[in-house]
Amino acid sequence: MIDILIAIFSTIGALAIFFASLGILRMPDFYLRLSVTVKAATLGVGLLLLCAAILFPDISVTTKAIAITFFLIITSPIAAHMIGRAAYFTGTPLWKGTIIDELAGMYNKETHELESNPQNKEEITAENDQIADTEEETK
Amino acid sequence: MIRLFLMNLLLSFIWVALTGSMYYTNFVFGFMLGFGILWIMNSHDSDQRYFFRVPKVLSFILYFFVQLIKANLQVAYDVMTPKYFMKPGVVRYPMNANTELEINLLATMISLTPGTLILDISEDKKTMYIHVMYLNDPKVFVREMKTGLERRLLEILR
Repeated sequence: MIDILIAIFSTIGALAIFFASLGILRMPDFYLRLSVTVKAATLGVGLLLLCAAILFPDISVTTKAIAITFFLIITSPIAAHMIGRAAYFTGTPLWKGTIIDELAGMYNKETHELESNPQNKEEITAENDQIADTEEETK
Repeated sequence: MIRLFLMNLLLSFIWVALTGSMYYTNFVFGFMLGFGILWIMNSHDSDQRYFFRVPKVLSFILYFFVQLIKANLQVAYDVMTPKYFMKPGVVRYPMNANTELEINLLATMISLTPGTLILDISEDKKTMYIHVMYLNDPKVFVREMKTGLERRLLEILR
């Protein structure tokens, strides 16, 4: 029973990490790469640690696995958020298939403050938005 | 509320100490036993919120994992197959959550689901900008998020 459980969880975990690494190669722009990598890697490492906790009937292994998973879950979304924000702020282009960008023009460039009311935003035209026009821009 | 939770933890530790096996299934069993004992003891109290909140937290965790696996499968399918099925976009999401803790938990939950990524939160803490991988209609996405994840999360916290 425990063997089957460990086999299932570790296979799913390894596959999640594999798809995350494949996603870095396949995804067309920076935000999608970030989006694919962070979550799948968290899930994969979490599942592998869960397998370790099930396999060793030792309380110290279980507590360590729980602590590592807990800190991974609270820190990796923050890292993704900070990297994504910095990338958007410095003007990294979005993929050309992006259908809508409601964040465009909402930043105040001097104070770095973000506006929530769509009435106050700067004028955005097809020339100065962050959505890339060609595939090569986001490679 | 917090007093009942601590009492429940104390009861489960007593159970673990008395049975003498420090294995987590035993701890979970002790916790359930303590939960039942506390429920019977406090059944005449006016404040019954704790006993409804614990099952709600458990069902929320289950719901979250189901969402996580569904979204992971979708992303994995798109990574594997040569054609792109995604329609990415950045969506403005007006939050109902208003305290720091609620915003923090909501942002963590949204960021952990594959396909969605928080880009930023506005200065007045009213809106969130989310990068979504599979976006058909921003309005539909906002409505699904409001009635799904956010409503369940706020039910637990409030």
